[in-house]
Amino acid sequence: MDKVYKAGAKVAQFLQFLGNAVTKRIFRLGFAARFFVAIFLQSGTAFRRFNLTSREVYFSGVLSLIIILVSGLFVGMVLGLQGYDTLQRYGSTEALGILVALSLVRELGPVVAALLFASRAGSAITAEIGLMKATEQLSAMEMMAVNPIARVVAPRFWGGVVSMPLLAALFSAMGVLGGYLVGVKLIGVDEGSFWSQMQASVDFQKDILNGVIKSFVFGIIISWVAVFEGYDADPTAEGVSRATTRTVVTSSLAILAADFILTAFMFTGA
Amino acid sequence: MILLQWRASNDLNPRFPPTYPMPQEPLVEIRDLNFSYDTRTILSGINITIPRGKVVAIMGSSGCGKTTTLRLIGGQLKPTSGSVKVAGQVVHELDAKQLYALRRRMGMLFQFGALFTDMSVFDNIAFQMREHTDLPEAMIRDLVLMKLHAVGLRGAHNLMPAELSGGMARRVALARAIALDPMLIMYDEPFAGLDPISLSIVGELIRKLNDALGASSIVVTHDVQESLKIVDYVYFVSEGKIVAEGTAEEIKNSKTSYVHQFVWGEADGPVPFHYPAKKTYGEQLMESGVYRG
Repeated sequence: MDKVYKAGAKVAQFLQFLGNAVTKRIFRLGFAARFFVAIFLQSGTAFRRFNLTSREVYFSGVLSLIIILVSGLFVGMVLGLQGYDTLQRYGSTEALGILVALSLVRELGPVVAALLFASRAGSAITAEIGLMKATEQLSAMEMMAVNPIARVVAPRFWGGVVSMPLLAALFSAMGVLGGYLVGVKLIGVDEGSFWSQMQASVDFQKDILNGVIKSFVFGIIISWVAVFEGYDADPTAEGVSRATTRTVVTSSLAILAADFILTAFMFTGA
Repeated sequence: MILLQWRASNDLNPRFPPTYPMPQEPLVEIRDLNFSYDTRTILSGINITIPRGKVVAIMGSSGCGKTTTLRLIGGQLKPTSGSVKVAGQVVHELDAKQLYALRRRMGMLFQFGALFTDMSVFDNIAFQMREHTDLPEAMIRDLVLMKLHAVGLRGAHNLMPAELSGGMARRVALARAIALDPMLIMYDEPFAGLDPISLSIVGELIRKLNDALGASSIVVTHDVQESLKIVDYVYFVSEGKIVAEGTAEEIKNSKTSYVHQFVWGEADGPVPFHYPAKKTYGEQLMESGVYRG
């Protein structure tokens, strides 16, 4: 009888733990959704005083340029090598330009740039807002009758949203340059066919615009996750560190999931 | 607006004390205030009155609910029951716009200054002026330098917060708190972690600025000696309740055991040295008489 009671208590304890974990996450998701709406409602200052937003474009966009440009160049160079190796089996090495360009503008540009942006800028935004919270700077701002969502959060959010498509475009451009250097200059693919085939096959709306839309959506996801995690961080050193880690993990997974959904809508069918 | 700013700046000069008439009703009235986080009671049945033009201290040991009281006055928290009235307005009944309008007339100094670390000393003090007024930049510059002069840091306006000592940061935060000449200044542990010289400078500034601005001040602190030098009235809070109140002199001579222990810094007394521990199962059995060894 005693054993039955003990087993029952363990099951109840497990269910309690499970229920607690699930409800906590649902509450947090609800808070994140309300926070997202609050950012939009409080975005007036970020647009009216655009210098606040452009400062954030500098911090999250311009300061991410090195990692984005260097990574783009190397990804393009690897694509050039791998693409040439595959295409030569079918005797169509002149299509290397198309392969490099389409891979970059459709997929690798937006996704890899977004993953890098989440690690470089997203984590920095979370850490900054989290530390402002831990050192009572956000409370001080509230006591000065200045809304921290309007003054601190919204400019950082829009700074990230504006930066992301620009960084993805630069990543793709550098990737194409890397593919060109390896394919044309190093291996010796015909320069004319590399560029002309690329020009003929890459469609502005279907390929480039869809890539831009993807990177815009990724920008919203990363910026939202970053500002929310910073604002919701426990105001301790450990809390900020955890929030920063969560930003990178959550936004990376969300980018990959969103990429699959967007690709399914954009590139399937005709 | 410019005239008002000019007059307020002149008010900082003790040779020209403010001459405008002061209303007689108290600036802050806290009545039957209760506050809990979930099931944990923080404040229960608090009654505090802050008269205009006075410096009032709220004292008590760490975690007794002093800072929570300040947050309730500033409208950052809502009371479970009871009310906080500031300048005739019940704080928790105000909507966001009204609350922000009220906060523009309040200044707050946080425990460690809470200066904006990405802005210089100058920009920290100019922050509220730029956010809330249309004053030209030249006038903001003059006002900021005046505020810094009042706290003795005019020469530090170009420094960043990371370059300031603890005492200087507290004085800059004080200059920022009085940037818009508030009617109420709240200080959250203004003396924490300061050396004796900085401590007495900050103490003196609290008193002088309060008198020069014709404001009212609430000082939340556990630094007895320094605060008793500058305050007009003291409330003692213990376990969320007011346990004693009186003028500085009355508090010094108080026979109440809690106040005596606090003022004279005795290790043991009504506030025990040992944190209460849960009794073990064995001890409970021994006490209940079921088991007698």
